[in-house]
Amino acid sequence: MSAEAHYTRYHPQWYRRRVSVWWWLQSWRYTKFVLRELTSVFVAFFAVITLWQLRALVDGPQAYTQFVRGLKSSPLVAVHGVAFLFVLFHSISWFHLAPKAMVMRLRGKRVPDWVIVGLNYFAWLIASGTIAWLLLRG
Amino acid sequence: MTGGKTPFLWTLFSAGGTLAALLFPVHLFLSGLAFPLGWLEAPSHDSLLNLVQHPLTRLYLFFLISLPLFHWAHRFRYTLYDGLKLKHLTTLIAVLCYGCALIGTVVTAYTLWNVP
Repeated sequence: MSAEAHYTRYHPQWYRRRVSVWWWLQSWRYTKFVLRELTSVFVAFFAVITLWQLRALVDGPQAYTQFVRGLKSSPLVAVHGVAFLFVLFHSISWFHLAPKAMVMRLRGKRVPDWVIVGLNYFAWLIASGTIAWLLLRG
Repeated sequence: MTGGKTPFLWTLFSAGGTLAALLFPVHLFLSGLAFPLGWLEAPSHDSLLNLVQHPLTRLYLFFLISLPLFHWAHRFRYTLYDGLKLKHLTTLIAVLCYGCALIGTVVTAYTLWNVP
């Protein structure tokens, strides 16, 4: 005699399409989204390089010279070239998302998107100019 | 990650994203391309150290390095979830991402504190 009654539990099986890991290559919109998300990797890369440079600077002239020499190696220049493109993509997409992320109102009226985007580009210009001036004045 | 921490982490993400957007292109262009390739003359060790010794520069560098790291942590976490479909590793990924950003922040603070 079997000891216990055996029940089969009800398993609802819903229809789900399997999504490939490469789903984002199917449309340019998705690809752009993933590329935008990947800009963060290059942002982190440059943050680490900056920290590394800072440490070399603090360690003294010899360590710094060695670091600067390392920056001249062609693989690192190539990586910096790619990183520059991704960081530019980050900046531009960030500025254009700004009015969507934060709606600003002035005297009850919504500030038009192009004004906020324009202000972002203006701040970008001023900040870049100031930093370049500080680093290049010798 | 609990819901209570999300707004705080999002603020770090947003602040870091803004700093990176405004300041990274010029820094990266100069130190990664223009100086190594000799397009522009790089500042000497002494003049750069002089600049870094100023308290305002140190404050600037602290935020310039740490906030974009948190921006990366937050964004990359979701890239891994959606892009590679790793939703089941939520806690591990979050701990790794924010942990790295935190380590970077501590090293930055320590380095800036000990500028000669």
